[in-house]
Amino acid sequence: MDFELSTEQQMVHDNVRRLYADHYALTDRAKHRASAAGYSAAVWSHLADMGILGLACDGSAAHHEDLVHLALTMEASGRMVGLEPLIATLVHGAALLRLTGDKAQRERWLPALAAGHLQLAVADAEPQARYDLADVRTAARREGTAWRLDGRKSGVANGGHADLLLVVARIDGAQRDGDGLGLFVVARDASGLQVNAHNRYDGQRAADLTLHEVRVDDDHVLGVPGNALPMLERATGLAIVAQAAEAVGCMDALLDLTVTYLKTREQFGQPIGRFQALQHRAVDMLTAAEQARSMSLFGLMMASEADPLTRARALAAMKIQVARSARVVGQGAIQLHGGMGMAMEYPAGHYFKRLTAIETDFGDADHHLRRLGDLGGIFPAAA
Amino acid sequence: MDLRFTDTEVAFREEVRAFIRTTLPAELRAKVRAGHRITRDETVAWQKLLHRAGYAVSHWPVEHGGRDWSPIQRYILREEMDGAPAPPLVGLGINLVAPIIIAFGNDAQKARFLPPIASSDEWWAQGFSEPGAGSDLASLRTSARREGDHYIVNGEKTWTTYAQYADWIFCLVRTDATVAKQRGISFLLVDMRSPGVTLRPLITIDDAPPGKHEVNQIFFDNVRVPVANLVGQENRGWDYAKYLLSNERTGSARVGISKERLRNLKRLAAVDGDRPLLADAGFRARLVALEVELQAHEMTTLRVLADEHLRGGTTPNPLSSMLKMRGTQIQQAVSELYLEFAGPDGLRVPDDDASTGPGADLDPLQMMATNYFNWRKLSIFGGSNEIQHNILSRSVLGL
Repeated sequence: MDFELSTEQQMVHDNVRRLYADHYALTDRAKHRASAAGYSAAVWSHLADMGILGLACDGSAAHHEDLVHLALTMEASGRMVGLEPLIATLVHGAALLRLTGDKAQRERWLPALAAGHLQLAVADAEPQARYDLADVRTAARREGTAWRLDGRKSGVANGGHADLLLVVARIDGAQRDGDGLGLFVVARDASGLQVNAHNRYDGQRAADLTLHEVRVDDDHVLGVPGNALPMLERATGLAIVAQAAEAVGCMDALLDLTVTYLKTREQFGQPIGRFQALQHRAVDMLTAAEQARSMSLFGLMMASEADPLTRARALAAMKIQVARSARVVGQGAIQLHGGMGMAMEYPAGHYFKRLTAIETDFGDADHHLRRLGDLGGIFPAAA
Repeated sequence: MDLRFTDTEVAFREEVRAFIRTTLPAELRAKVRAGHRITRDETVAWQKLLHRAGYAVSHWPVEHGGRDWSPIQRYILREEMDGAPAPPLVGLGINLVAPIIIAFGNDAQKARFLPPIASSDEWWAQGFSEPGAGSDLASLRTSARREGDHYIVNGEKTWTTYAQYADWIFCLVRTDATVAKQRGISFLLVDMRSPGVTLRPLITIDDAPPGKHEVNQIFFDNVRVPVANLVGQENRGWDYAKYLLSNERTGSARVGISKERLRNLKRLAAVDGDRPLLADAGFRARLVALEVELQAHEMTTLRVLADEHLRGGTTPNPLSSMLKMRGTQIQQAVSELYLEFAGPDGLRVPDDDASTGPGADLDPLQMMATNYFNWRKLSIFGGSNEIQHNILSRSVLGL
């Protein structure tokens, strides 16, 4: 076991930290958020130059090092509550392209993505599905030499900005069947596609989609139609790993901010950090953050695990811990800041809101707790 | 960064497993699994087997019989022992006093005391807490007055684990009452057979039958202790005690015990009659949530151990307080699940005779409430979890 960063990892760590520190002062962040894209175009282009957007985040053991670099990037972004659609494009979207695309498709789209010229969104969720990836009503029907998509998608991360939408649709079976799902690449300007973008509390953007007789040619179909679910689960698992690293960055920064506040804010003639009730709550936040860091590392290690059941258990466990820790650290930070925690002009609330969104995205703690229970838990029963 | 166990570590785990397979008696293992009390003789016999194989004092320096194993290897050893499950090591001698003697004792003390500690031929007790000195340990009042070649010890120690079996006790005593409280404390080794030492059992809320009780009060009435039994320098005992307590904390992660307890509970809860409790959504959710906490705690433990290895293990990682806190919280939560699993049957005080001897009835329900009550101690001893909060607040957060 070795938890230390290699020289190369340390370099990536330092570079991405610097990048985010340079571009994400609180006032800068407000500008990025209000801009047309909703994030920093400069950061995105730097990430392309640094090779980050070319990382092969596919969960294979051969590309495990790429995943470590991704985690370092996500953590740096989390520390400054970055707004770039890294998870949607680089992780969730690109992983699906890598896992399911044929050679022509990969060569067509991945270089553009690596260069920073292509944005993706994964349109899997539907209004009725909550977090069940198999719950898909959007229908794909064969029509002549193409497919025709009809249905609705909701809360699609980066959906309003993406050049390509990777739409999950049902070609066969009942609404919640695991089999019968296909993946279809739909361009933003496709005829019959209506995109309604919205802002989220965490500063990120998402969109609801309506698909009405959207035509998809065979060269825009990913993998074998009908077998999409395992790949979708795999890509979602990688997104959760990325999100966990981001959450760790968020929690670290928020805890630092809170501790600094406790040391400087004075009431009753002394720094409020002298009061034991506040000290103990801060230690509970520290403990939560450390447990999340531990599980983020655990998830990173297990993301390349070959056995799907072991991997699924580990990633569900990671998500549960991250979601629970996010709540303890987020709520604790607002409480310990008193009134200041409620002010938009102060950073604590922005971390809190991002952490709250992270709890929910890709399934909340209760969802993954049920799932992990269905999978038999982490430790095998004694013989 | 490579978060897998190395080939050496994997091979080491296999070696330990093979030892346990061939050495741990099946009845003893069943007894530990069912949560029954392990007798003094059973403990000593098992620790002698460990010692013969070189496992009992592997964490000691090589010149005193230790092995040059990494903290991760020691962790694996412990996890495998706890997972078997083998009887818990009674480490008052091996883990608590021996490292102090090794670090601060003189050659004569090392030669006299270390071999019988290693071989479990002498049993030790810890004389730290007093009725008036718990969390504020430094306010202790048991006095040691110098008189020629002896100290004359007077006072009272309490919560002394297994003192009824002890041949020796290591004590913190006040040798100077005129200076700041931490600066007038010394570390003394006392022969339990000395005239003036008396013992009274303290029966705790787990209702242990007398004789099988865990803790005692000890009274010292003009007990004569040779000056040769002073460890290190007079009035420096507080430094030694702090060193000891930080060792005690790292040892309190108890990942292996909790993992074994949870795995065993999953086994029991899956086969309980025609309505297995594991099928109950509420119970299952809590059990799975606890597994997640334990997995996170295990990773934190490994992080701390890897860090201590990297830094040469000279200064304890401040997060060791977190290990103590999380480890004991998780163990207590596991014991709660056992209590609830047992239901009304768990409320029966076990029949004393049934819990010992060959062929004893190892009803798994019998000890669940006992352990639940007993394990409330975990978040109190070794520095209560509130004290650990204070330590973390100061040493990690700088508050």
